[in-house]
Amino acid sequence: MQKVSHSYGTVAVLNDMNLEVKQGEVVVLVGPSGCGKTTILNLLSGYITPVEGTIQRNGIIRTVYQQDGLFPWLTVSENILMGLRKTAEDNQQKKELGELIELIHLEGFEDHYPHQLSGGMRQRVELARVLSGESDILLMDEPFSALDYQTRLRMRQELVRLLKQRPRTVVFVTHDIEEAAQLADRVLVLSNRPATVCRELQIEAPKPRDLTSNAVIEAMKAVLQELGLQT
Amino acid sequence: MQKNKNINAAAVRSAGTGFLLPVMVLAGVLFLWWMISYTNFFPAYALPSPLAVLTAFKEELLSGRLLSDIVASLWRVAVGFVISSALGISIGLWLGQHLYARQAFLPMLNFFRFLSPLAWIPFAILWFHIGDKPAIFLIFMAVFFPLVLATMAAVATIPSIYFRVAKDYHYSGIELLTKVTFPSVLPQLITALRVSYGIAWVVIVAAEMVGCQDGLGYGIWEARNGLRLDSAVCYMIVIGLLGMGIDRLLSQLTKLPNVRWGYER
Repeated sequence: MQKVSHSYGTVAVLNDMNLEVKQGEVVVLVGPSGCGKTTILNLLSGYITPVEGTIQRNGIIRTVYQQDGLFPWLTVSENILMGLRKTAEDNQQKKELGELIELIHLEGFEDHYPHQLSGGMRQRVELARVLSGESDILLMDEPFSALDYQTRLRMRQELVRLLKQRPRTVVFVTHDIEEAAQLADRVLVLSNRPATVCRELQIEAPKPRDLTSNAVIEAMKAVLQELGLQT
Repeated sequence: MQKNKNINAAAVRSAGTGFLLPVMVLAGVLFLWWMISYTNFFPAYALPSPLAVLTAFKEELLSGRLLSDIVASLWRVAVGFVISSALGISIGLWLGQHLYARQAFLPMLNFFRFLSPLAWIPFAILWFHIGDKPAIFLIFMAVFFPLVLATMAAVATIPSIYFRVAKDYHYSGIELLTKVTFPSVLPQLITALRVSYGIAWVVIVAAEMVGCQDGLGYGIWEARNGLRLDSAVCYMIVIGLLGMGIDRLLSQLTKLPNVRWGYER
């Protein structure tokens, strides 16, 4: 992402944003609501084109949404199979599907429809779907923010575990600072509109990280200070 | 365990009352009817008694007229309904996806929707003479416009997230239409089909009164001309029951597993 600016009408949302995400890196964007986080994801996914600047992507991009990204008329299996559409052989598809279902611990729910699952289960299916097949880059738009607190904590562990087994490049947008500190290789703190990166924070600690581990607490402190929420 | 038992008992009870209560209402209505005819509130030729209707029913059934009229009406409604839903749904899908086309056609579609299909009767007879065709034409005029509008509205309100996801997974063209757009409006489409079938069944009676030589509507017209209101009531009962029965059949569509989501959220 080079020198990208974007605006809706006269409202400038992004100003001269530069962002490079390395392969396999997990970058988390945090910032005040309405600062343009989702716009950045939409630009990255190609859903909207920037007013100025260029965006280069290497690989297949898939997005996890906050909720309701699954097709309600398809079963769990059918939803995950969407990601395997380009896998030619039936046997290969079946094997891969079985592995993914096992990976997200939803054995026995293959033929359930999304409305029959809990919010956490639905998001796990979404994760399986984006991880299926040949995807390279995952964009996550507050994927866990519609879940209750405990489920959210569990889903973070789940995501770390899944990414260990199937590494992907991740751009993760959230307003949850805990989430950022637990998941990120690099945290970018965004300013108010028009969004610019006002702080970049590398977190070297190995994952999975406990919520109360020093590295996580240090990172949270730094981000909170940057947002003016802690002195 | 105890709880399960209670739930089962409640279910059995509600199934029992679900059958019993409507039967009681039916008995009440029949009794009221019988009372009114027994007291000669209306003269006998203007309000046949339940018994007279039952006799007429037996007579019509034995002569075979009732059965052939039922077949004729069902055939016309089926043909008109299939043609108009095939066209109406396809055009609705297309309009739902094209804003300019929608803007262009919406007022005209609304105009025809509010124009009673019965207004077309003179044209139906001049263009198609007497027989199946004018009735089918009137069914078409009754069903096509509401169905186009319902489909169009359903497509226009599909959450954009489905199309974003579809783009992520490289759905496009005809596949996008059949695998994303169509299934996402299917629950609303089934509802729209049930509603428009209701319209069709109402219109067929009027259409057959003027444009046909047989059918349930014609049967009522004939009975009126012969002052055989017992036969007319018998036809009325058949029309109501058949309409309910077919709606019951259509409602089975809502039980398909891949549309349940549309009714349970």
